[in-house]
Amino acid sequence: MTIYVKLGYTLLGLLIVLNWGFLMGATFRKIGARVAGRYGIPFYQPWLNLLKNISTRTTITHGVMYYIGPVFRLTGGVGLFLFMPMVFTGTVDGPWTNFSFEGDLILILYFQVFGMLGMALGAGQGGHPYSAMGIARGLAQHAAVELPLTLAFISIAIQFDTFSVYKIVAAQQGGFENWVLFTNPFAAATIILAMLGAMGHSPFNLVKAPNEILIGPATEFEGTYLGFMQSAGSILHVMEAVLFMNLVFGGASNWIELIVKTFLIYFWSVFVGMVFPRFKIEQSVTWFFKVPLLLGFLAIIIYSF
Amino acid sequence: MSEKDMNDKVNEMLQRSEANVKKTEKSFVRPEDEEREVVAPDGSIIKVNPIYDYFSGEKPKEEKPCSGVIEKFLNWARAESIWVLGFGTGCGSIEIPPLVTPRFDMFRYGVQMRPTPRQSNAFIISGYLSVKTLKRVIRTYEQMPSPKYILALGSCTINGGMYYDSYSTINRLDKYIPVDVYIAGCMPRPEALLAGFMKLKELIKEGKGEKANEYARNFDEYKANQKKIIKDWNMPDYNW
Repeated sequence: MTIYVKLGYTLLGLLIVLNWGFLMGATFRKIGARVAGRYGIPFYQPWLNLLKNISTRTTITHGVMYYIGPVFRLTGGVGLFLFMPMVFTGTVDGPWTNFSFEGDLILILYFQVFGMLGMALGAGQGGHPYSAMGIARGLAQHAAVELPLTLAFISIAIQFDTFSVYKIVAAQQGGFENWVLFTNPFAAATIILAMLGAMGHSPFNLVKAPNEILIGPATEFEGTYLGFMQSAGSILHVMEAVLFMNLVFGGASNWIELIVKTFLIYFWSVFVGMVFPRFKIEQSVTWFFKVPLLLGFLAIIIYSF
Repeated sequence: MSEKDMNDKVNEMLQRSEANVKKTEKSFVRPEDEEREVVAPDGSIIKVNPIYDYFSGEKPKEEKPCSGVIEKFLNWARAESIWVLGFGTGCGSIEIPPLVTPRFDMFRYGVQMRPTPRQSNAFIISGYLSVKTLKRVIRTYEQMPSPKYILALGSCTINGGMYYDSYSTINRLDKYIPVDVYIAGCMPRPEALLAGFMKLKELIKEGKGEKANEYARNFDEYKANQKKIIKDWNMPDYNW
């Protein structure tokens, strides 16, 4: 497969991921509405919001970083996508494997932080006197989520003796009994619990809750910048779900399987969000350091010997 | 001390006190934000005016709509995605929370609440507006990105309603900011507010939601009206 064909497939994949992200976001809002007994937003609302945001005539800027912040976040989402094998086709040179390479798991870990960093940089120049507090809270929670996730990733890497996401997916083929969910239950449990924080839904969504915490970075952006941020958020959501699907649930062999699996993974975080109210930052950080971190240590210890 | 020296000294003191009075008039500018000269790292002296990091010194400009079909398409998107600022200005704001409950559910019409003026394009002036709140309303309205829409809820915004002779509330809202849709009543029920949103959608789709441009066009007139009623004007003229 030539590089141009591969590039074409990658761009097409990105378009699918963006739209699927919007649809998943709308589904989340719809489920939330139905739980509350409301009819809820139309399923196409995110596309309209994006159009509306792009079509605002006046936008205020607070400097260079204000421009770069949303771009950083988008880079995080797109970077995560570029190095992630989406669909398992039997060969790493296949159409939907994007630019997956040996050692991409480490790069993916890096790109996960990228989005948060973009928010922090943008908000830092947003002009809000208390934005530093919002950033500190966001990064504190993000660090608490990343630590158990990294331990689980390393445990899986030790298990399969590779840092390539593609090889991890390949090793899980041949039936659900080969999934990491069953072969490495401690790492899987760590990821499933820490994932709730990575997805950023309730109860771990205080960071991006503009109504309750007016110092949150997301309140300062408007117009096209906000449209950028929300598109990047949608891509990030799908890519997080795809990452966990690849690492724990055996990957996907076609797009339908990917959509079903990512929806179920996403639904898990939505389900928890509907049941539990919002945690304060100190509560969520303590929780991540208690349960998923201990499970992560167990996963590492078991596979180290 | 001679009489001349004495006069000079008194004059100097008077000038100093006058300068102090002028300073207190500009009290919304913090000392660290005042215009001043600073020495750059290379030794050159540059003038800085940090207050303009927070406020614009320019008047709002008229923003021309796109042409033909594109503007119609964008207007359709704007009409179907109305983000309302969560800012209750008067007693009518009690009618807004029911809209997010299962009984009225405004989300199904694409109407959502936003916490910050920077992200919202609709502003509900809910009921009577005291002069004190008008000041905040002007600041907030000017910070909203164009195109923006105002819904005036209740009779008080039309002619003062039951507060027509009050010393502290305004009578006609559209003398101070341009209004897109009036919702009459005291108080209008949430259904009336929903009907107002429907009317606003119609107006936007017809391309008549251009009141932000009207505000920019008649900016001096609006400003004069605002300054006539707000006696302690201690904010910049342009807040956006």
